[in-house]
Amino acid sequence: MVARADFETSDGAHGAAVRFTGRLTLARLGDVPARLEALGPIESLDLSGLERIDTVGAWIVTRTVNEHGAKIIGASPEAERLLDALKDDKSEYRVHRDRRSAIERMLDQVGTASVAIWRELVGIVDFFGAMIIALAVQIRARRRLRWNAVVTRFQAVGVDALPIIGLMSFLIGIVIAQQGAVQLEQFGLEVFTINLVGRASIRELGLLMTAIMVAGRSGSAFAAQIGTMKLTEEVDAMRTIGVSPMEAIVLPRVAASTITMPLLGFYASICAIVGGGVFCWVGLEIPPLTYVQRLREIIPMTDFYIMLIKAPVFGILIGVTGCYEGMQVRQNAEEVGKRTTSAVVAAIFLVIVLDAFFAVFFSSLGWN
Amino acid sequence: MTDDIQQQEIENELAAADAVRPEKFEYAIRIRGLRNQFGDAIIHDGLDLDVRSGEILGVVGGSGTGKSVLMRSIVGLQTPTAGEIEVYGKTLDTITDAEESRDLRRRWGVMFQGGALFSTLSVAENIQVPLREYYPRLDQRLLDEIAAYKVQMVGLPPDAGPKYPAELSGGMVKRAGLARSLALDPALLFLDEPTAGLDPIGAAKFDELIRELADTMGLTVFLITHDLDSLYATCDRVAVLAEKKVIAVGTIPELLATEHPWIQDYFNGPRGRAAASCKQATERQDGKS
Repeated sequence: MVARADFETSDGAHGAAVRFTGRLTLARLGDVPARLEALGPIESLDLSGLERIDTVGAWIVTRTVNEHGAKIIGASPEAERLLDALKDDKSEYRVHRDRRSAIERMLDQVGTASVAIWRELVGIVDFFGAMIIALAVQIRARRRLRWNAVVTRFQAVGVDALPIIGLMSFLIGIVIAQQGAVQLEQFGLEVFTINLVGRASIRELGLLMTAIMVAGRSGSAFAAQIGTMKLTEEVDAMRTIGVSPMEAIVLPRVAASTITMPLLGFYASICAIVGGGVFCWVGLEIPPLTYVQRLREIIPMTDFYIMLIKAPVFGILIGVTGCYEGMQVRQNAEEVGKRTTSAVVAAIFLVIVLDAFFAVFFSSLGWN
Repeated sequence: MTDDIQQQEIENELAAADAVRPEKFEYAIRIRGLRNQFGDAIIHDGLDLDVRSGEILGVVGGSGTGKSVLMRSIVGLQTPTAGEIEVYGKTLDTITDAEESRDLRRRWGVMFQGGALFSTLSVAENIQVPLREYYPRLDQRLLDEIAAYKVQMVGLPPDAGPKYPAELSGGMVKRAGLARSLALDPALLFLDEPTAGLDPIGAAKFDELIRELADTMGLTVFLITHDLDSLYATCDRVAVLAEKKVIAVGTIPELLATEHPWIQDYFNGPRGRAAASCKQATERQDGKS
C-alpha cells in the first residue's frame, strides 16, 4: 500500500499552514480537493513531505496558490518543473461554448430549423437544376451516359429489391382484400372486394409502397455512399482529375432509380393483386378465373397510365433527394447518419405530397 | 450514508492505484518471441524488444515492417499469434480480471496516427473522456481546469477547447490527440508517427514538445516515426525493425557502427546525412553559446 495524498494543517499568522504528505497524483487524490476547499484562508503550502506529484497535483497546488495567495515551501526540483509549466495565466483558455438562456436557445432552434427546412427545399430544387444542366452538357458533348454505373445501380435498386417488394405487396394485397371484405360483407357485396383490390393497387398503393421501400433501401444507400465519398475526399479527387461528380456519381444513380420505379411499381401492383386474389379464392371462394375476368372489366386503362406517369417522377425524386443529401455531408461521420436519415424522411414526405397532388390533378382531368 | 458510499469509492480508487506501480519496473515493456501472422503473411517472427522505464525509444523500419502492428500488439488491439508481451510485469493476454486490465490501461496513453479524436465531442470533452471513465467522482470544475491545462500544455491556442475536431487543422488535431493521451498522466506514452503530415516547423515544435513533456513528467515514450529529424531530436535509443524482428537497438552512434545494409542506407542516405549534420550544427552552436 502506497501513501495516498493527504495533508495536515497548523495555524499560521495569516491562516492555515498546509503540509502535504504521500503522493499528490490523480490516482491517489482521494478527497483532498474537497477538503482543501473547505479550509479557510491558507498561508503556505509545504510540499517537502510529498513522495510524488503529477500534473493534476501541481494544478491543485497552483489553484490554491492563486485563490489564497499562499506561499509554496520545499518543492522538489521535479515539482518545481511542473509548477513552472503552470505559471502562465490560463484564464483565457476556454473549455465550453458560451451559454445562453433557455428562451434564447429555443428561439434560436426554431429559427434555425425553419431556415434549414427552407434551405433544404431550395437546395433540392437547385440540385435538380444542376443535374439537368449536367445532363444537357453531357448530351451536347456527345459523351455517353455511364451505362456500366447505371446497370450496377439498376441491380442494387431494382433486382435486389424484388423479393422484399414482392412479399410486402403480396401481403398488402391480402390485407386490403380481407379488411375490404369484412366491411362489404355487411351489405352482401363481397364481390366488390375485387374492385377495391384491383383499383387501389394499380392506381395508388402498389407504387406508393414501392416508393417508400425504394426510398428506405436505395435513397438511404445513395446518401450514405456519397456522404462517405465526400468524407474521404473522393468527390474532391474526382473534381481535380476533371471528372464531374454529377456525371459520374449522381446521374447514374438518378437514372437507375427513374428507370426502375415504373418496373418495380408495376411488379408491386401485380403482386398485390395476386395477394388479393389468393384471399378472394380462399376466403370468399371467388375462383381465380372470375377474379381475373372481373379485374379486366373494372380497371380502366387510365389507372395504369396514371401509375406509369407517377412512377418515374417518384424515382427522380428519391434519387435526387438521396444524392443531394449525400453531397451535403461535411466534417464528420455523424453527418453521414444525419443526412441519410433526412434523405429517407424528405423523400417519403415529398413522394406523399406529390402523390396527393397527382390524385387531385388526375381526378380533375376526369380520369376516375 | 452517501458519505459512506463516497468513502468506499475513494477507497476503491486508491486500491486500484496500487495495483500497477510503474516506478518499480526497470523495463516498461518486455517482448519475447513475438509472432504476428495475417493469413500467410508473417509480420513478426521471434521479435524481442525491451523498453526501459523513462526512455524515449524510437521505432523505425521500412513501410510494411509492422511498426504499427507492434504497437497495436502491445496495447492489446491485436492478439499476437505467439510470444509474450509484458507491460509493467503484466501480460494483457493472460489478464482475465477486467479490473486488472483497466488498471493497466490507465497507465498508458496512445496517440494514433490520425489523432482518432471522437468527432462528436469538442477537444476539451475529448480530453475529459478518459478522466470521466476512470475518475467519475471528479467534479466538473476540476475536469474543466484539467482540460484547459492540457490544452495549454500541448501548445494549442486558448480558443481550441470548445472546438470540434472537424474545425481543427492537421497539426492541431495531432496536438489535441496528444492532449487526450496525456489526460491521465500516464507513465507510458505510445505515439504513432506524431510528426507525419506536419510541416517541418510544426514537426520540430512537436519534437521539442515531446522531449519537454517526457522530461517534465518522467514519461516512457514508444515513438514510431519515419522522421529522421525526430529521431535525432528526441530519442534516447532507436529500435530498427526489419526482417520480421528487431535487428538492432541502441543509440544512433551505436546503430551507425553496425554493418547492416538497411541501417546504413537509412542513416547514411541523403536524408539521414542531412539530419545528422543539422544535429551536429545545433550542438556546435550550443557549445559556443
